[in-house]
Amino acid sequence: MRGSLFGRWLLPVYSALAVILLLIPVVYTIVFSFNASVKSNILWKGFTLENWTHVCDARGVCASVANSLFIGVIATLIATAIGTLMAIALVRFKFRGRALVNILLFLPMATPEVVLGAGLAAQFLAVGFGKGIVTIIIAHVLFCISFVVVTVKARVASLDPALEEAARDLYGSSWQVFWRITFPLLLPGILAAALLSFSLSFDDFIITRFNNGGVETFPIFVYTAAAKGVPAEANVVASAVFILALVIVIVGQASSAARRKRLAREA
Amino acid sequence: MAAGFAEAGADLELVGITKRFPGFTAIEDLDLRIPAGSFFALLGPSGCGKTTTLRLVAGLEQPTAGRILIGGRDVTNVKPYQRPVNTVFQSYALFPHMSVINNVAFGLRRRGIADPYGKAHEALQLVELDHLSNRRPQQLSGGQQQRVALARAVVNRPSLLLLDEPLGALDLKLRRQMQLELKSIQNEVGLTFVHVTHDQEEAMTMADTVAVMNKGAIEQMGAPEELYELPRTAFVANFLGQSNLFTGEVTSSGGPTGAAASIVVAVGGAKIEVPSERAQRHSGRVTIGVRPEKLVLHSSQPKKEAGTNVLGPGRITDVSFSGVSTQYQLVLPGFGLVTVFAQNMVFGPVVNLGAEVWVSWNVDHGFGLLDEPEVAPKFEPDTDTATIAAQARRELMAEIEEG
Repeated sequence: MRGSLFGRWLLPVYSALAVILLLIPVVYTIVFSFNASVKSNILWKGFTLENWTHVCDARGVCASVANSLFIGVIATLIATAIGTLMAIALVRFKFRGRALVNILLFLPMATPEVVLGAGLAAQFLAVGFGKGIVTIIIAHVLFCISFVVVTVKARVASLDPALEEAARDLYGSSWQVFWRITFPLLLPGILAAALLSFSLSFDDFIITRFNNGGVETFPIFVYTAAAKGVPAEANVVASAVFILALVIVIVGQASSAARRKRLAREA
Repeated sequence: MAAGFAEAGADLELVGITKRFPGFTAIEDLDLRIPAGSFFALLGPSGCGKTTTLRLVAGLEQPTAGRILIGGRDVTNVKPYQRPVNTVFQSYALFPHMSVINNVAFGLRRRGIADPYGKAHEALQLVELDHLSNRRPQQLSGGQQQRVALARAVVNRPSLLLLDEPLGALDLKLRRQMQLELKSIQNEVGLTFVHVTHDQEEAMTMADTVAVMNKGAIEQMGAPEELYELPRTAFVANFLGQSNLFTGEVTSSGGPTGAAASIVVAVGGAKIEVPSERAQRHSGRVTIGVRPEKLVLHSSQPKKEAGTNVLGPGRITDVSFSGVSTQYQLVLPGFGLVTVFAQNMVFGPVVNLGAEVWVSWNVDHGFGLLDEPEVAPKFEPDTDTATIAAQARRELMAEIEEG
C-alpha cells in the first residue's frame, strides 16, 4: 500500500520538517530574548526577564525602533494615499499611457534593491539634498507605492461601478460618493496595502542603508551591532514585532470568522 | 437642485438626442415625450440603445447632441445628483456595507430631508420588508433585494423613476409577482415610471405606453394592444409576438370589403385582402401580415367568402403542444412557412403531422407594413451591449496604445 504509506507518514513528516525549518530562526530569536547575556548574545547563559523589562537600557535600541516606527508610519500614509488614488485611476479611467503606467509600476518591484538604493543615493547627491530621515521616507514611499497600487487595484476591479452610479443617482456629490461608498468598500484592500507597506518599510535595510545619512533605523542598528554582538534587547524588539504581527493575523481571522457566523445565523 | 418631494410625476422630453461612443452610435436623433404619471416601457433587443437612453436621462452619460427636459426644465447639463430622477439598477446596486434601512435612507440623508429613517421605514412597509430593515443586502433573496432597490428609489419621490431591467435576474414566478407589485406601487405613488426591458410580455402587461426601440431609434410607440394589433414595421411585428408576413404587389386599391375600403395584394398566386386603414402603404410592393392566433385551420378547402382570406392547401410540418394552445407549422407552397396557434378546445392536436390543410382569417385582422422584413442572417449578428462595449474597448485601447 504505497499510496497510504505516502499519505499517512511521508507527507505529514515532510510538512512538519518544513514548518520546523521555517520556524527555527524565529524560535531562536524569541528564546534568546530571555537570555541573561553579558556581552554577546550567542551562548545561553540562563533565563531572565531583564531584557524585556529594561528594553531601552541597551544603547541605541529604542532610538532606532522609534526612528523605524516614525518612518514606517509616515511612508505608509503617503504611499497608501498616493497608491490608492493611482489604483482607482488605473481601473476606472481610460487615459493615454495607462498601459505604460501599469508596466512601469512593476519596475520598482523588479529592480534589485541595491540598484534602487544606489540610484536614489546618486540622485540625492546630484541635486544636493542632504541625507537624513526625509530621504529615507522618500525612498520608502518610492518602493511601497507599487505594492499599494497592485493590492488596491484588485479591490477596485472587484467593485461594481453601478454602486457609485447608484450613490450619484441618490443625490451624493462626488466627495460624498467617495467617502461613503468607494472608500468604505475599498477599505479592506487599503488596510492590507498599508500593513504590507508598513512591514516593507520597517524591515528595509538595503535601500535605507544607501540613503540614511547617519540616521539609525532598527535594521541598520542590528546590522551595525552584529559586528560587536547583537544585544538581547534587539531580540526583544524582534520578538515583540513578530508577536504583534501574529496577534493582528489571529484577531483578523477570528473577527472575520465571527462575522461570517453572525451573517449566516441572521440569514 | 432637486428640492422637496415631487407631488406627481413630471413629463420627460428628449429632443434630438444622439449618443456616440468611440466606434459606434448608440442612439441616433431620438425624439421622445413621456407624459407625467404614465408607466412607460422602452422595449427592444439588447444593444438597441434602450439602456443608454435611460442612463442619459439619469445623467450617468452625456448626450453627444440634443436636449433632455424633465417637467419642462432643461437638465441636459445638470449633474446626476441634482436631477429629480432615481434609478432602479439592473444589478440593484445595493450598498453592501450598509443595512437595508441605511440603503433606503441614503438619498433622503444626502438631501437633508427631515426624518429620513421614518420615511425609509414607510417605504420599506410599501414593499413589505420593514421587518428586515437591519439586515445586510447580501442576507436577502434576489426578490427581496429588488424590492429594497425599488424602495430606495421610490422613497425619494422623484419626478421620474427609471427601471433598468429590474426583473431580469428573477425567476419566472417571482417576475410575474413583482410585475404586479410594481404596477400597484406605481398606481399608489403616481410617479412617472420609465421601464427598460427586452421582455415583450413584461412590457405589455405593465406599461400603458410601449416604445419599441431598434438600432438606436424608436420604431413604434403606443398602447400595448395597439402595437400588437397594428404593428407598423416588420421589426415590431416580429419582436412583439410573432407574425406571418407575406410580400407582394398591390393589384387593386380601394376595393370594397363590406363597407370599408381595402387593398388587394398578390402573393404566390393568391390574392390577399387587407383593410386600407390597417395598411401603411397602398401601392407598389408591400408586406402584409397576420398574427398566428388569428388563423383558422381547415382540413378541407373552405368556401371563399367575402371578408375572409383563404390560403392553401399546405402540409403540417410541425405540431407542438403548449398547454393552452397548440402551435402548428405548415408549409404553404408559394407562401413559405406559416405558423398557426390554435386554442386547445378538444384534447390533443386536431390535425396531425403531414396532414393537408387550408388556413383562413378575417380580412379585418390583417395589417400592412411600412417596410419589408430583412433577410434573416444565418447567425445572429453580435450586436448585444456586451459585444459592442468589448469592441469599443478594443478600439479605444488600440487608440491609446498608438498615441
